[in-house]
Amino acid sequence: MNRFAELLDRLVLTPSRNGKLTLLTDYFRSVEDPDRGLALAAITGDLTIAAVKPAMLRMLVMERMDPVLFGYSYDYVGDLAETVSLVWPQSPADIANHEPTLAEVVAKLQAASRSDGPKVLARLLDSASISARFAIIKLVTGGLRIGVSARLAKQALADLGKVDIAEIEELWHGLTPPYAELFAWLEGKAEKPKKTALALFRPVMLSNPIGDGDLEKLDPADYAAEWKWDGIRVQAVSEGGIRRLYSRTGDDVSGAFPDLAEAMDFSAALDGELLVGDPRQATGTFSDLQQRLNRKSVTPKIQQQYPAFMRCYDVLQIGAEDLRPLSFRERRSRLEAFVQSLDPSRFDLSPLVEFTDWQALEELRRKPLHPVIEGVMLKRWDSPYLTGRPKGPWFKWKRDPHTVDAVLMYAQRGHGKRSSFYSDYTFGVWSGPEGSEELVPVGKAYFGFTDEELRQIDKYVRDNTIERFGPVRSVRADRRQGLVLEVAFEGLNRSTRHKSGVAMRFPRISRLRWDKPAAEADRIETLQALLDR
Amino acid sequence: MRASDLLHPRPEGLYCPPGDFFIDPVRPVDRALITHGHSDHARSGHRSVLATQQTLDIMGLRYGEGFAGTTQAAALGEAIALNGVTVTFHPAGHVLGSAQIEVVHQGSCIVASGDYKRQRDATCEPFEPVKCDVFITEATFGLPVFRHPPDTEEIARLLKSTAQFPERAHLVGAYALGKAQRVMRLLRDAGYDKPIYIHGALAKLSDYYQHQGIDLGTLEPATVESGGKDDFAGAIVVGPPSAFADRWARRFPDPISCFASGWMRIRQRAKQGGVELPLIISDHADWDELTATIRETGAEEIWVTHGREEALVRWCELEGITARPLHLVGYEDEGD
Repeated sequence: MNRFAELLDRLVLTPSRNGKLTLLTDYFRSVEDPDRGLALAAITGDLTIAAVKPAMLRMLVMERMDPVLFGYSYDYVGDLAETVSLVWPQSPADIANHEPTLAEVVAKLQAASRSDGPKVLARLLDSASISARFAIIKLVTGGLRIGVSARLAKQALADLGKVDIAEIEELWHGLTPPYAELFAWLEGKAEKPKKTALALFRPVMLSNPIGDGDLEKLDPADYAAEWKWDGIRVQAVSEGGIRRLYSRTGDDVSGAFPDLAEAMDFSAALDGELLVGDPRQATGTFSDLQQRLNRKSVTPKIQQQYPAFMRCYDVLQIGAEDLRPLSFRERRSRLEAFVQSLDPSRFDLSPLVEFTDWQALEELRRKPLHPVIEGVMLKRWDSPYLTGRPKGPWFKWKRDPHTVDAVLMYAQRGHGKRSSFYSDYTFGVWSGPEGSEELVPVGKAYFGFTDEELRQIDKYVRDNTIERFGPVRSVRADRRQGLVLEVAFEGLNRSTRHKSGVAMRFPRISRLRWDKPAAEADRIETLQALLDR
Repeated sequence: MRASDLLHPRPEGLYCPPGDFFIDPVRPVDRALITHGHSDHARSGHRSVLATQQTLDIMGLRYGEGFAGTTQAAALGEAIALNGVTVTFHPAGHVLGSAQIEVVHQGSCIVASGDYKRQRDATCEPFEPVKCDVFITEATFGLPVFRHPPDTEEIARLLKSTAQFPERAHLVGAYALGKAQRVMRLLRDAGYDKPIYIHGALAKLSDYYQHQGIDLGTLEPATVESGGKDDFAGAIVVGPPSAFADRWARRFPDPISCFASGWMRIRQRAKQGGVELPLIISDHADWDELTATIRETGAEEIWVTHGREEALVRWCELEGITARPLHLVGYEDEGD
């Protein structure tokens, strides 16, 4: 248990992706079965343990210590799980010679009935060290919140076995904790597990952005063009009565889209864009789609207000036939025929865009016929469906980003190579009536600048600090003085969480406007106008 | 004599009227008794100072030789008479030279413990419980959430991390007096025998520790002249915590910031400070040590100085021990 607890403690404080991967692979390499597989399941969210409510946890600890002292402690720490893990009274007699392993903890928690759950939990907490107690509480209260996605955990597995992550993703949904056969394969001790489960994920084909000079080398006649819709990539697989919707990275998101899953009365694997609305009438914006994202389950009201549908652009399998080796041209004609048979309120076909030369397509890209279009896709007619991001067959050619001139308000120190640099910037635009304008924060960005520019901004931050809060500095920013940053972003969402009412998608610093007076930076109305479009 | 007539707070610090002296005064006074060399307890400018020889040496290193009009060294365990009041210094286990001060007058005995800890520390004399009527305790970590793990476990985590990330430098933030030397000594005791790189602010004090017979092994200045950026790959660098936010830290390759402090027990504290590897190593008593020490002194009354007084006072009430906060001002709550 202690090794798992230590892993969680380190992951939550390690900001860099590579650092996290090193910690994960080291853990998987050094810890034996079944502990490592259970840890993996806990991280990917595939471990089922009956939840204990925070109120119950509080009651357990109150039975064991003075409520006033608990109150002081909780006020100071602010997090219930952490407070309980720290203050849990422990007599030396409790500390067993044997610390429970993760497998033992999980087994006891899973075997506990509803009524004796709290007692089982209390006994486990008695026998564990402080950080193990924290990990146990995290397991039973749900949600580790350690900043590690299922995708990252799979990447660590791929690194461990020196295999492509696509191989892991393809197998994943056919495996169950504690994944002994997966680890055995990754360590070269056994054959690759067989794919026997139904409706497995198929690793997706990804595109490359069109770079400078790319188009000149390509013949327009070799490529089909489609609109690039601003939804989320989704794979609908239905096989032998099992229906699954997968995200681009192979996470099963079916639970959030029961309306769409219900319409999957076919035997096939389709690739497309998940959107909301009714495809025959109107396609909802990304903001609308967000009402449906990141939910484990969804109410009927939301389903009715924002019905989900899939705009199909590829077909990977029909019945028993794997279509991936076929050319895009052949797959496309199979898809066109297949979509005809589907519920038109839930599935439609992503239309092709007719064009003769790149110039004509450029015109179309700049003036798309629908606000939910964020560019065009180019797909080689003769290319099979390939896993990963091969250069050449698929390109994305995005609409130019939006830009806004904003004023730097706060800067935060980075981590690792950037730990002595102020490298994360919160910026704002002007709001309020003329004469009493104030800055309202609209976003945060930490890349887009060169190393040299980073050094310049860092110096500016240090020279113009007006207040410090831990690693954050508040920078002088008023009508007369401030650093203007040109910020590029992909789109805006309405946000009730931010004071400004907007949230930027994919913001980055595109230029430093040393030349521009702070008072001439943009106003919030400029951004609001983008929202209303 | 009532205990509060023997010692009571004044704006300058804790004052003893019959003996006419202050303990750890925060402003210049005629006669100061000083428990240890941390700058919030040991200030310069007093007319006369009574402290252990090591504390006097440390004050001399920090403030220069003229830090006080006159100085007198107190040997541990030696009774010294001051205007009819008997004072005795006893080891406090906080940092090198640190002492509790026992004050006895007309049958009344008060122990002012300054800062103290109970965990073993190879860089200073261990704390010695002294029976007394009134025990004055600090409460820096006076909440049941503060429970320091064994320091050897923390050092083991640091060494494990250096093996996991051999291409990066580990920057360990540690206060210049006491904590830094303890961390270095713990590394040596764990078998780490490579040079330890130190920030300039640590040089004089670490040198002094070595001269006092506390072996810290080979220490080298963490300057670029002593090597290129890559030479710090896999290195352990110790410096004051403030230095790591500074441009000074840019000389190290992709550093992992570590901080050795009792505050690192709270995850949010580590997170806010941008600390990647918190090391829970403290020179102050944790909750269990505070309550165990109060019991051991047998004191009927507890006075609580700086820190989280209310929780410790509450605990004393529950135990049937009289307790009150002293509300002394000027001591850094944050120091560890």
